[in-house]
Amino acid sequence: MDFQVVVLAGGNSKKLTPLISKDVPKPLLPVANRPLLYYVLHQLRESNLKDLIVVVEGEDAALHVGSWISKTFVDGLHVKIAAVPEDIGTAGALRAISHHLTAKDILVVSGDLVSDVPPGAVAATHRRHDAAVTAMLCSVPVSGSLESGSSGGKDKTKKPGRYNIIGLDPCKQFLLHIATGSEIEKDSRLQKRILHAVGQMEIRSDLMDAHMYAFKRSVLQEVLDHKDTFQSLKQDVVPYLVRSQLKSEALLNGISQAEENGNEKLSSPNNQVLDSKILANASTPSFHELYSMEPDGSAQTRKTHKCCAYIASSSSYCVRLNSIQAFMDINRDVTGDADHLLSDTSSDRDNIIGPSPKLGSKTTVGPHCMLGEGSEIGDKCQVKRSVIGRHCRIGSHVKIVNSVVMNHVTIGDGCIIQGSVVCSNVQLQERVVLKDCLVGAGFVVTMGNEYKGESLARKEK
Amino acid sequence: MGAQKKGATARVSEDQEELARNPLQAILLADSFATTFRPITLERPKVLLPLVNIPMIDYTLAWLESAGVEEVFVFCCAHSKQVIDYLESSQWSSQPNFSVTTIESHNSISAGDALRLIYERNVIHGDFVLISGDTMSNMSLTQVLQEHKERRKKDANAIMTMVIKKSKPSPITQQSRLGTDELFMAINPVTKQLLCYEDKAERSKGFISLDKTLIADNPSIILHNDKQDCYIDVCSQEVLSLFTDNFDYQHLRRHFVKGLLVDDIMGYKIFTHEIHSSYAARIDNFRSYDTISKDIIQRWTYPFVPDILCGSSAIKVERQGAYRASDVTLSRSAHIGSFTFIGQGTKIGNDTKISHSVVGEGCTIGSNVTIEGSYIWNNVTIEDGCQLRHAIVCDGVIMRSGAVLQPGVILSFKVVVGQQFVVPAYSKVSLLQQPTQQDSDEELEYADNTSGTGELRSDKLNGDIATDLSETAYELGTGGVGYIWSVFEGAQDEEWKHSVAPIPTDKLVKLMLDKDEDEEQLTQDGNVLSASGELKADSDDNGSEDDDNADSRDDYGFFEKEVEATFLRAVHENVKVDHAVLEVNALRLSYNMASVDCAGAIFYSMMKLAVESPHHSASELHRNAADIITKWQKLLKSFLHDIDEEIEVILKFEEMCLESAKEFAALFPQVLHLLYDKEILQEDAILRWADEKEGADESDKVFLKSSEKFVQWLKEAEEEDEDD
Repeated sequence: MDFQVVVLAGGNSKKLTPLISKDVPKPLLPVANRPLLYYVLHQLRESNLKDLIVVVEGEDAALHVGSWISKTFVDGLHVKIAAVPEDIGTAGALRAISHHLTAKDILVVSGDLVSDVPPGAVAATHRRHDAAVTAMLCSVPVSGSLESGSSGGKDKTKKPGRYNIIGLDPCKQFLLHIATGSEIEKDSRLQKRILHAVGQMEIRSDLMDAHMYAFKRSVLQEVLDHKDTFQSLKQDVVPYLVRSQLKSEALLNGISQAEENGNEKLSSPNNQVLDSKILANASTPSFHELYSMEPDGSAQTRKTHKCCAYIASSSSYCVRLNSIQAFMDINRDVTGDADHLLSDTSSDRDNIIGPSPKLGSKTTVGPHCMLGEGSEIGDKCQVKRSVIGRHCRIGSHVKIVNSVVMNHVTIGDGCIIQGSVVCSNVQLQERVVLKDCLVGAGFVVTMGNEYKGESLARKEK
Repeated sequence: MGAQKKGATARVSEDQEELARNPLQAILLADSFATTFRPITLERPKVLLPLVNIPMIDYTLAWLESAGVEEVFVFCCAHSKQVIDYLESSQWSSQPNFSVTTIESHNSISAGDALRLIYERNVIHGDFVLISGDTMSNMSLTQVLQEHKERRKKDANAIMTMVIKKSKPSPITQQSRLGTDELFMAINPVTKQLLCYEDKAERSKGFISLDKTLIADNPSIILHNDKQDCYIDVCSQEVLSLFTDNFDYQHLRRHFVKGLLVDDIMGYKIFTHEIHSSYAARIDNFRSYDTISKDIIQRWTYPFVPDILCGSSAIKVERQGAYRASDVTLSRSAHIGSFTFIGQGTKIGNDTKISHSVVGEGCTIGSNVTIEGSYIWNNVTIEDGCQLRHAIVCDGVIMRSGAVLQPGVILSFKVVVGQQFVVPAYSKVSLLQQPTQQDSDEELEYADNTSGTGELRSDKLNGDIATDLSETAYELGTGGVGYIWSVFEGAQDEEWKHSVAPIPTDKLVKLMLDKDEDEEQLTQDGNVLSASGELKADSDDNGSEDDDNADSRDDYGFFEKEVEATFLRAVHENVKVDHAVLEVNALRLSYNMASVDCAGAIFYSMMKLAVESPHHSASELHRNAADIITKWQKLLKSFLHDIDEEIEVILKFEEMCLESAKEFAALFPQVLHLLYDKEILQEDAILRWADEKEGADESDKVFLKSSEKFVQWLKEAEEEDEDD
């Protein structure tokens, strides 16, 4: 398939502090004992999409990520690592690596997507319609457990960016309207022109833009070049393309001609044109074609481009890790309901309970738990719905519920950890009680301390 | 045992329901409360106009009867006597299980009034069907009634179910095939609840806006542009009382439906029922008259088609949808084309061609006549060589030989078209003169509020008017009788939209081009508006700011005018200063102005008054100004709180001297001095003004120079003060 994949693995987002730091960039944040980026790359490999560019913010992070990828995905993936400056936005990142893009279509995936939706299906939908852009939409994630239910609800109202208002045609194939960010809080304004062309539009607020897009490269590059104020794919580029689909600006169509004339392309231009014609004829004329055919059905007087939607089935799993809440949810789901995300042929196979942990007597590890390789747990401990990383040392009489404990953590006797995240190399001394806390990497909690709802991290030196 | 018991109780409740069951009732509004069918409706109510030779109301009643309605209340207002007489003499007065009761009103001007009146009569006892007498349908009511009842059981607020049908408006004209404007409806696909209804969505051109709460409450909404409102509503009793409670509801859709959708206090809900295979449409304008006539001829409304509705009277359907009554006298060489209806007793001469038309009863059509796509009612005489294209010709019209009707012509009752006369396209011709004042607000179907005068008028018509007219109305050629109504300004362009004639291609092309241009702008607007806030391109930002400025400037203009008016009133009516202050303050608040604006505006008004009051010399003008300033200084002072405001007054005065009141230019220093003497302006203000002006252009310093002495004197006085 002539598809290039860009994985946007940047975003050292403030929302995730103190979980991520210089040493642990977001793509390498362990989720169920695997780096976050693993999930995306794994799905891409499954879909046989092997020509990858991984875009990372900052040189250091790029080194980290690069070394991890070369270690893990030696086989089968052709990965290029590109470092871009920080805070240039998703569109900016693409602009920065634009010269690497050569294929006819580009699949852009956010590196923080944990999903079992095959990227290949999105790419296929894109190809089938010869679309300018295809966006993957999934159901808005519902926070599973009761405890996080309420906070999850609050989360949504606080951050409407996770929501979208999406307009679809009656066949649910085309994307007619998309609102993101602050627009969601306002009254929706829908273009009559699109409504006239389609007749009816379904407006959904229960779908989420999962940040997996397939673009026609020519279109993408044109937009990035001409609209230099565009910073974000999700908030600027995609809404712009959707908005202008029936009034495609000349540049979008002009470029395809330029491309035909161009001779530096890999595949012969004639083939490309033929392909798209065959594909276009394969389906019955869409409203785009009908619209462009008017008034007398002969000449294509209006320029249109198609914006398609791939709607993941409601049973599929699709969450972006962009908040602490999402981090907790994903950890819980991956070890629980969505454990199929883990079944794979990767070299560092981790079962729910790793091969070599040592459990003390009368220690119980409940369902939906994960215990990493080489971790030791002392006597009379309880672990429920939690993830424990590799090489952790956990004393006796420890209770860990609804929590994530990363690698190389030392937990003293009698600690109680509930609803918390404990990052790598943390030391919890005896009888520490943590409830709904975040403990940054390398932090030491001294004996007997009790914390509730706090974020503990080492001071940056 | 238990099951039996259960069964028994179920039966009991069913019985109760049975007992409580009322006969199905319907309200039929035999008045459209609109003027779209003028001039025809000046003489005959719309519901009695023939549609393929049968009055519209008969179709409606026949459908209601077949749909199981047992009691119909016919509300008549315009020409009520004609409607009542017709119904009494018709078959409907003697049906066994179908009672038709008329309710007459002489002063209802809207559907709202009609429903309020019906509520007062207290005749409706349960769910009812609300339609107007110009609705064509063959749908079954069973399902929609059942849905309505079931919803009511669950939710008492579900008070109305609207029938809708798929019909995609033309992408070019944005008009449905019935000639109605495009309609946007937002419907919840699961519950079918109607969430938004926009029929005249001009407000936000190019965009439809959906309230955010709707989206929050409904995870999925379908916004339809491809549905047509059939104007068949199943309503619960509450609907009537709602009209009574909200006495300002007039229009069923514009006020009632939208009112309910907006109002979230009562929480009343409207639902929709979509019909697929059956027919439902309302005759709203001439275009829908044309469309529905064709549908009837093509038997979409079966069983409500002329040959069945007329029963025994022999109308035969021949090949290609040609309907012909038994005793038509047809010349051998006449050619009757497809989809044409020829009524009883009509005579058609040699070589006449008729196609896609309806010709009523007792018409006489000469030789070599061409009739295409036209509707000719009863007893019309068309002499040799006439040509009719897409016209409506009412009863008793005479077309002299060689007359031509261009597309879209309406000839009302008993009009005579002179020989060889060509009636221009889209003309409306009537024996009655066009009502001079357009009661557009009330949209009555007839000119006067009482049916009495309507009757009188038609009596008069038969007699003298025709003779009167023959002298004045030569508008229709020699021997022609009738007035060609002029098209109202602004409506001219719209005429083709609702006419019987198909829309000419050149119009379509023009429309296309216009639309593209519009869209060009809209796209740009849209980009600005829907881009997320921070994204606005800089140039756009500037643009909108300019707009804002223009707005505020306008606002200030209005504000100034209002203040001036207030001030003049205060002067002429000797209003107390305190009251004037209050009024100006109120204006300030309502226009959101600062007190500095008030000071400027008041001073402006005062000076203007001084200039406008009679004077012969500069000294008299000075005295005028002095008088006014002395009298109203308190008003001005109450808005001069600080130095900036005082400077504003000086600047305003300068501006006036340059522009509107040049006579003051010479008096500038004197007036300035006067203002200082009256302690309206403090010396600080004047000195600061002088300082500010020091650096200005030469042209700006004219007044500074003229008052140099005064300023100098002020400065010296100040220095002396300091010395002391």
